[in-house]
Parts: sequence; structure tokens; C-alpha cells
Amino acid sequence: MTDGRPRIGVVTFPGSNDDRDALLALEQLGAAAVPVWHAEERLPDVAAVVLPGGFSYGDYLRCGAIARFSPATKAVADFAGAGGLVLGICNGFQILCEAGLLPGVLRPNASLSFVCRDVVLSVERADTPFTAACERRQRLTIPIKHGEGCWFADTDLLAELEARRRIVLRYEDNPNGSVGGVAAVCNEDGNVMGLMPHPEHAVDPLLGSTDGALILGGLVEAARAASSPRAVAATV
Amino acid sequence: MRAVVLVRPKPGILDPQGDAVQNSLRELGFAVDDARVGRIVDLEVEASDADAARREVEQMCRQLLTNPLIESYDIELA
Repeated sequence: MTDGRPRIGVVTFPGSNDDRDALLALEQLGAAAVPVWHAEERLPDVAAVVLPGGFSYGDYLRCGAIARFSPATKAVADFAGAGGLVLGICNGFQILCEAGLLPGVLRPNASLSFVCRDVVLSVERADTPFTAACERRQRLTIPIKHGEGCWFADTDLLAELEARRRIVLRYEDNPNGSVGGVAAVCNEDGNVMGLMPHPEHAVDPLLGSTDGALILGGLVEAARAASSPRAVAATV
Repeated sequence: MRAVVLVRPKPGILDPQGDAVQNSLRELGFAVDDARVGRIVDLEVEASDADAARREVEQMCRQLLTNPLIESYDIELA
């Protein structure tokens, strides 16, 4: 904690471009936002980590596939394994899937077009640290901007995830062909979530919706409540 | 040793890029009923023999070159 504010790290990879918006939004919502460079092998003393949007490593090979090898990603995996709160937004979601911290994979949109507009999301679960400020079935308006946001899991995996309540947000009107209209999934323990929409672009009335503040504000409150601050080494 | 990895979208996986290519080929008058678009990775691998090279490249495919949820691969050694 810094002067009572929970510290939340935001990792910048080469090619990240929403890191500053994430830092700004978290500060606006009451956190002490801490920039983390991808080459850092240890996370600073933080209660939560955000992997921001962008095009890490130029989306080479597959989106998120190379960022998985950044030292900071390994530190984030250890942090998540120890119960730390991790939120992946857009490219951050893609990285978490490629790193095996979240199920499924993000593929090129079914339309093959880059989609940049507000979408309406339905809150499937309000009992995660990221959606605790929402009500179940609440509708959130948050922008998306991606070319590869088509989340895919095969039939068996999707059924398992549905049964285990791992789908956190769903699109009202599927903009990218994601199976099950999935916009956000979490891990089994609920401390890691990825979503394609950008809550950091929806925290200020000047930009339209402020529904993103419910997601990031939930993260800030969860980080505040999280037990002792921690610094986790990249490798043990 | 030279290795060529052919990465393909798995059968049944929606391939919008392949669909776009198929539609464009049909626009040009070609009778194409299906098109799938994958990726080729050319590698120069240090290995004692072909079996060892194949084992190495299979590990590469599993660990990085493909995502097994959506892609299959074939390895050709030359």
C-alpha cells in the first residue's frame, strides 16, 4: 500500500499501446499504478497486475505467442500461481491464453475485419474480484478494438468451462465470432481474468461510457482487500 | 538439417482467411470448393540424424510453432 492506495502493476511489452491508458484509469480509480517493464524478472511490490492491450512483438506467429517468453510474463505466472490478481485486457488476454494461464485461444475475427466500437456485455458472474462491483446479468457498454478477438475453445472445453462457471462476460451481439459469445473467462480459482473489451477506455464520461470503471474499480477494491503485498521472483 | 513445418488450421476450425481466398478464387472463375490457409516455417536444425531432427522439431511445434487447440502440423525433412 502507498498512502492507503493499493499498488497495481501494468506490464509494458514492446508493442503494448494501452499501458498508459491502463495506468491512468487505475490512478483515476484510486490505485497507485506502477509501470512494469517486460524485461523485469521480479514484479515490484504490487497487489495486482494488469497486462494491457496492444500488439506485443508485432503479433508475430500468433498474437500473444512471443510475449509469453518475456521475463515479466514468467513473474506474472508465478504471481498468479500464488493467488495474485491478474487482469489481461485484449492483447493481455491473448498473452494469458498463450501462456496457459487462461483456457482457449484468440483467433482472427470471423469477419476478418478489425472491429472498433462500443459493445454491450452481459455479466455472467458478479462473484469474481473483477466483477464484484457489477450485478449478475447487468449490461455493460465497453469498447472493443481488435482484429483477433475470436475466442475459441472446442465443444468439450467450452462445456467444461460453462459447467465450472468460468465464463465471466458475454457479448450481447457477438462482434467477432467467439464461441459461446464469450468476452471474458477466468481461471479455476477466479484470480486471473482476461477480456477483449477495454475497460480502461470507459472510465471517463468524456469518452462516453463509464462502465469500464466497474471492472477496473472492482480490481482496485480487490487489490485493496488483498492480503500482504508481495514480490514474487520470476524463478524459484 | 533442413526442416519444413506446415501449420494448418485443424479440420472443423473456422478459417475466415481460407473462406476469403476461396471466394476470391471463385470470383476469378476458378472452381474451388474449399480453401484453407496455413503457414510454412523453414528451419535449419542442428541434429545428428533425421530421427533426432524430427524429435526436435516436434517439440518446437508443441512448444511454440503451433497452438494445439486450433492447429495441426506436418514436418518435412530434407
